[in-house]
Amino acid sequence: MTVNLRKLPDLKYVMPGNAACPGCPETMGMRYLKMAYGDNFVMVIPAGCSSVIQGIWPKNGINAPVLNIVFAAAASAASGMKAAFDMLGKKDIQVVVWAGDGGTGDIGFQALSGAAERDEDIVYICVDNEAYMNTGIQRSSLTPYGAWTTTTWTGKKEHKKNLPLIMIAHGVKYVATATVGYPTDFIEKLQRAAKIKGFKYIHLLAPCPVGWRFDPAKTGEIGQLAVKTGLFPLFEYVEGKFQLSPLSKRYKDPAKRVPVTEYLKLQGRFRHLLDKPEEIRKIEEYIDSVWYMIDVLEKAFNPQAEAQKLLRTL
Amino acid sequence: MKAEAYPVLEEPKTFFLAPLSKPAPGSAGKTGTWRTHKPVVNLEKCTGCLLCWLYCPENTVIKLENGKVAIDYEYCKGCGVCATSCPFDAIEMVPEV
Amino acid sequence: MVVKTLTGNYAVAYAVKLARVQVVSAYPITPQTTIVEKLSEMIEKGEMNARMIRVESEHSALAAVYGAASAGARAFTATASHGLLYMHEVVWWAAGARVPLVMAVVARAIGPPWNIHVDHQDIFDQRDSGWIIAFAQENQEVLDLTLQAFKISEDPRVYLPMMVGLEGFILSHTMAPVDIPDQELVDSWLPPRRQPYVISPDTMYSMGNIAPDEDHYMMRYSMAAAMEAAKQVIDEVDKEYGEIFGRSYGGLIECYKCDGAEYYVVITGSWAGDAKKAVDSLREKGVPVGLVRVRFIRPWPRERLLEALSGAKGVIVFDRAVSMGSVGPLFADVAQTLYPLGISMKGVIAGLTGVDVKPSVFEEAIAGFIKEAEEGPVYVPSEWLLPRKYRGKYPSIPREVVAR
Repeated sequence: MTVNLRKLPDLKYVMPGNAACPGCPETMGMRYLKMAYGDNFVMVIPAGCSSVIQGIWPKNGINAPVLNIVFAAAASAASGMKAAFDMLGKKDIQVVVWAGDGGTGDIGFQALSGAAERDEDIVYICVDNEAYMNTGIQRSSLTPYGAWTTTTWTGKKEHKKNLPLIMIAHGVKYVATATVGYPTDFIEKLQRAAKIKGFKYIHLLAPCPVGWRFDPAKTGEIGQLAVKTGLFPLFEYVEGKFQLSPLSKRYKDPAKRVPVTEYLKLQGRFRHLLDKPEEIRKIEEYIDSVWYMIDVLEKAFNPQAEAQKLLRTL
Repeated sequence: MKAEAYPVLEEPKTFFLAPLSKPAPGSAGKTGTWRTHKPVVNLEKCTGCLLCWLYCPENTVIKLENGKVAIDYEYCKGCGVCATSCPFDAIEMVPEV
Repeated sequence: MVVKTLTGNYAVAYAVKLARVQVVSAYPITPQTTIVEKLSEMIEKGEMNARMIRVESEHSALAAVYGAASAGARAFTATASHGLLYMHEVVWWAAGARVPLVMAVVARAIGPPWNIHVDHQDIFDQRDSGWIIAFAQENQEVLDLTLQAFKISEDPRVYLPMMVGLEGFILSHTMAPVDIPDQELVDSWLPPRRQPYVISPDTMYSMGNIAPDEDHYMMRYSMAAAMEAAKQVIDEVDKEYGEIFGRSYGGLIECYKCDGAEYYVVITGSWAGDAKKAVDSLREKGVPVGLVRVRFIRPWPRERLLEALSGAKGVIVFDRAVSMGSVGPLFADVAQTLYPLGISMKGVIAGLTGVDVKPSVFEEAIAGFIKEAEEGPVYVPSEWLLPRKYRGKYPSIPREVVAR
């Protein structure tokens, strides 16, 4: 279903005057969450930027009921909440985990895997700003190769952990990638996820002006560039079927991708790479490997479609 | 020392205070004071596409009756995402300090 | 009312079923496992209407039941030893969030080395967290205390989570006849769940975002006030339970053979049963000794202890745990309470790491203390009672730290 901006009421989708940095992608994402789910959801938020964004008691900068929880336990607390709502007959309340890349891929990984394996009926959103931003920009397993952080001064040496692929491997009901650069795509994915019973995972790329070192006016633009360079493909995996999102389809063709330097040069965290062509090459190879994996996923999860394609070429 | 030195509570008084909050604007104060630049909307150029309203991280772009937009300057942090998102160059970031 | 021969763990399970718990989540750990197995069986056979969340760790287990409780359901978990330590940060979080919750702790030693036998280290390690913490002596008390825990925790004067302790293997895996109350009687006594708030779209409450230091301080003060009120609630609930179900345990403390006693044993946990046998034997020999079993270590029953012990000549405390580098935790609280009395006191560390302490050993220690105290004031804050095979073979840690 398409999102009609004119029809959406002029609510406070996030409370203004919250503690987020100017240009913060998290508050952008929270607004899209409320645009998708209205009043009918609760959020479970582990330690991270979104804990602090809520501002100071007794006020809350998020316009939703929030259960703040310890860092490693978001997926478990959410499982409990959903079980309670079910037992109490409140079956249509969406329980949404809003966790950072640390609370999802590192310290929260175990609980995430457990909840996914149990196919808990929750929506798990990993808001990925590619580092432990709340504690001052330390690297996480989702920090991309070459990025400066306060614990990788000469650039991270490892590539980004592929969490969406790991979630597909868990065999959950729904896995999608999205970015705040394309809000309506994210909202539509949220709406589709809400209709599915079982574990839903959405990986939301959230460019952080403070941690990635860019002009805060460019948050949306950089989110879009991540997609246009092919670095962050948008896709959906729904009940065993895999499909690229329309916004990412054309970037299958490497010739159509925006050169990755256009993305890197806007961010201070990559500044030290710009004069090193061999490092840029490594990132370009990484993009190729990402698309190789997309190809594998398409073939693995659309055997009929692939078979048909093959037949047409014969 | 006698045991009576310890006071025994007759009717224990309880008062309940817990870390419970509710949604409200200004949870970090008047964040409009954070800005160095303010967005100014040129209503002639504005077509009411609402992209700035969609992208604003602070929910400080407000819909007007006529379909166009205005800014809530009490809380706008001056990030400039609205200006970047406008396809018609209808928003200008004007220095304030 | 039905009498069944149950292990302590099964007694917990039956109490949880009677309390109409709606969400259970736990991770297996010896010696708690049979609680969870029994609850799983009851749920899957349709005897209990609840959801079981089979989490992947104890940290997740408490987080799951805490989430369920915050959303409005009556929830329960159980653990022991390393599992309890693993969920430690969530233990604190649940108490600070003022969410009524019940957890059974099957007390077990902490490694290394691996040890599945009993001591009280794991449960005493949670002392400061803000949970109400109680210990049962017998399987019947385990069932009764677990049931009472829901009523105490959900009392509006309290709104704090509660731990029910039972000694690993001693009670958890040992069978005894247990009177299982009728569901209708429990329903008439245990009201539907009460909690101070629910996280839900109808309330729009959020829990836990940053608060100014001064207000956080007052939230801690609020918990302290609740702990004080809990003392009254605990005694009330125990008394009412006695009237309705026919069994009462004395509330915060149990006084055993206190009439005419001049010297007292202070102890907590299931091994109090063995200490009571020692008291019986000494009484037969004409020694004026009584025993105070501290049923609730938090809130600390300061007033009840003073009331029971103000006429004492001396008190000997047995601790099945030690604050390493200092004294036993029970002794620390007893000494702090009885200080104004200026009487003889001795703190004995024994029974750690599953070492059994027979009634005769208790008797020897108590009699020895009484003999010393009769000769003059005694203050020995910490004396380790070594296992029989090592007694006398190792130098003892200095007995006296304060001059007579």
